Amino acid sequence: MAIEVKNLVKSFGTFKALDGVDLRVADGELLALLGPSGSGKTTLLRIIAGLEWPDSGELHFDGENALSRGARERHVGFVFQHYALFRHMTVFENIAFGLRVQPRKLRKSEAEIRKKVKELLDLVQLDWLADRYPNQLSGGQRQRIALARALAIEPRILLLDEPFGALDAKVRKELRQWLRSLHNEIHVTSIFVTHDQEEALEVAHRVVVMDKGRIEQVGSPGDVYDSPASAFVHSFIGESIMLPVEVKGSAVHLNGRPLDLVVDGVEAGASTLFVRRHDMLIGPAGESPLQGAVTHVRSFGPVQRAEIVLHESATTIEIDAPRDRDLRVGEAIGLRPRRYRIFAG
Amino acid sequence: MTVPRAHASSPAEIARPTHDPRTEPKAVRIVLITLAIGFLSIFVVLPLVIVFAQAFAKGIGAYLVALADAEALAAIRLTLFVAATSVGLNLLFGLVAAWAIAKFDFGGKTLLITLIDLPFSVSPVISGLVFVLLFGAQGFFGPWLQAHHLQVLFAFPGIALATTFVTFPFVARALIPLMQEQGTQEEEAAISLGASGLQTFFRVTLPNIKWGVLYGVLLCNARAMGEFGAVSVVSGHVRGETNTMPLLVEILYNEYQFVAAFAIASLLAMLALITLIAKTVLDRHLDEGAPRGH
Repeated sequence: MAIEVKNLVKSFGTFKALDGVDLRVADGELLALLGPSGSGKTTLLRIIAGLEWPDSGELHFDGENALSRGARERHVGFVFQHYALFRHMTVFENIAFGLRVQPRKLRKSEAEIRKKVKELLDLVQLDWLADRYPNQLSGGQRQRIALARALAIEPRILLLDEPFGALDAKVRKELRQWLRSLHNEIHVTSIFVTHDQEEALEVAHRVVVMDKGRIEQVGSPGDVYDSPASAFVHSFIGESIMLPVEVKGSAVHLNGRPLDLVVDGVEAGASTLFVRRHDMLIGPAGESPLQGAVTHVRSFGPVQRAEIVLHESATTIEIDAPRDRDLRVGEAIGLRPRRYRIFAG
Repeated sequence: MTVPRAHASSPAEIARPTHDPRTEPKAVRIVLITLAIGFLSIFVVLPLVIVFAQAFAKGIGAYLVALADAEALAAIRLTLFVAATSVGLNLLFGLVAAWAIAKFDFGGKTLLITLIDLPFSVSPVISGLVFVLLFGAQGFFGPWLQAHHLQVLFAFPGIALATTFVTFPFVARALIPLMQEQGTQEEEAAISLGASGLQTFFRVTLPNIKWGVLYGVLLCNARAMGEFGAVSVVSGHVRGETNTMPLLVEILYNEYQFVAAFAIASLLAMLALITLIAKTVLDRHLDEGAPRGH
């Protein structure tokens, strides 16, 4: 089911949770809403689910106005961060809940319900837990049961609010891959909220980056990482070196000294130069746009991380250099950004 | 947990502590424990013992005769009916009020919470007087009630109303913190799974608070049966008709019928003891959350 969000606005008292959000989600897509806390991502998700109502704006499911329906009629599966399993019911009854509360005319027979719950337990690979109560399960198991419960009603849309937020790192990683392969299997339009960029970039087809109630960028994981649309996205996703610069005509100045960099469509004035750590290449001292001295080197994994004091601004930056480049503390080096972006402000 | 003490007995030790560092000096402990036991004895144990001693002062035969008296039986019956009525009403009101306060946001919520607590902060005698002013012959509804030959004051409805008012906070007070702590996520999950409001309440909310409900009902019932002040004002003390057990205790006592007075009082004391035991059991259930059937 395709979702269309038009100019959604939602305030809680004086706090603007959503400040004019537009978004289209294609049928069968797996989308991540990524942003810091307070960016409005959970509010957007809850509005789509019908658990919250916008102050203004439109919401359409396959062209049909969804705001005229309550949460009950939207047929949306919702998975909560803290699972929200019914604590007094067994795992089996939790999953069966959505089937049992259907109006009598639509309700499946007991045998059909049992069959369906069994299928879902197999799908989440936890069939041996059917008779347990939620407080007897681990966090990862609870979350998978919560997912099975949401899928029981054969939702047209699946929404997940920080689905792995309360789990430890190892379980998170496993469940991430599991969610992606599950989506490949069932193909239901899915949106999940996360503040963990790795999670968003690894799992989603498209990533929606939000900040302060607005959408900053929508794109593939590659897009938002390699071509950030704004200073916020660049600093929020991946690690960036940020240097305050001044744009004068077609030149970039750092502390009054011109840098040998190309300015592309940035207005004159105070700006910020963004470079990824691994995009800062080491060159000969004296012949590069930036000059500095190595103050600290740490080697781990495929790269070595070096702290460098820049001569131009006396600030310290961290870069990732290949391990075969021998760096010594105190060594004077030149730096050239292979890829960089300049944003006003 | 014990503190390892191996090093304390080592020969290298110089300054041996004069007392166990984990607790107070012996003298302080003895004084504190004596005070606590003394206080409990004087205010709780002694009165209980006296009630039962006086009730059985002339033997078990006299005790049973006193309880089998027509006035006593009428008082017991009235007390049970009044308690059943007010507990029933307050169970309903308390559930509705707690559900509204804990699960929804609306204007005037703080005011509502304050109002629910009102009966606790008003003297029961004043509460009773309010009902006299409302339903008495010169009261607000008085002429209308007389015109329709309805008797509220000095009859069962008045006693039940006054008792219901006085015991109003118990169920709501037991449920509000519990329901607030449980939050609304399970309800939201139920609704997104297609449950109606009633289905959500009966299948999700109520099972989660059942021990809290029982707890509230228990306390409400104990207070309803024992209420004196408000009932005394609205009852009219018609013997064999509008005397509840606490009122009858006072009347019998004033007439120097000590065995009869304490016999009725012993029933109320037993109610208190049973309530305490049940409360302890419920406390354990509430602490553990819902018990697991297995």
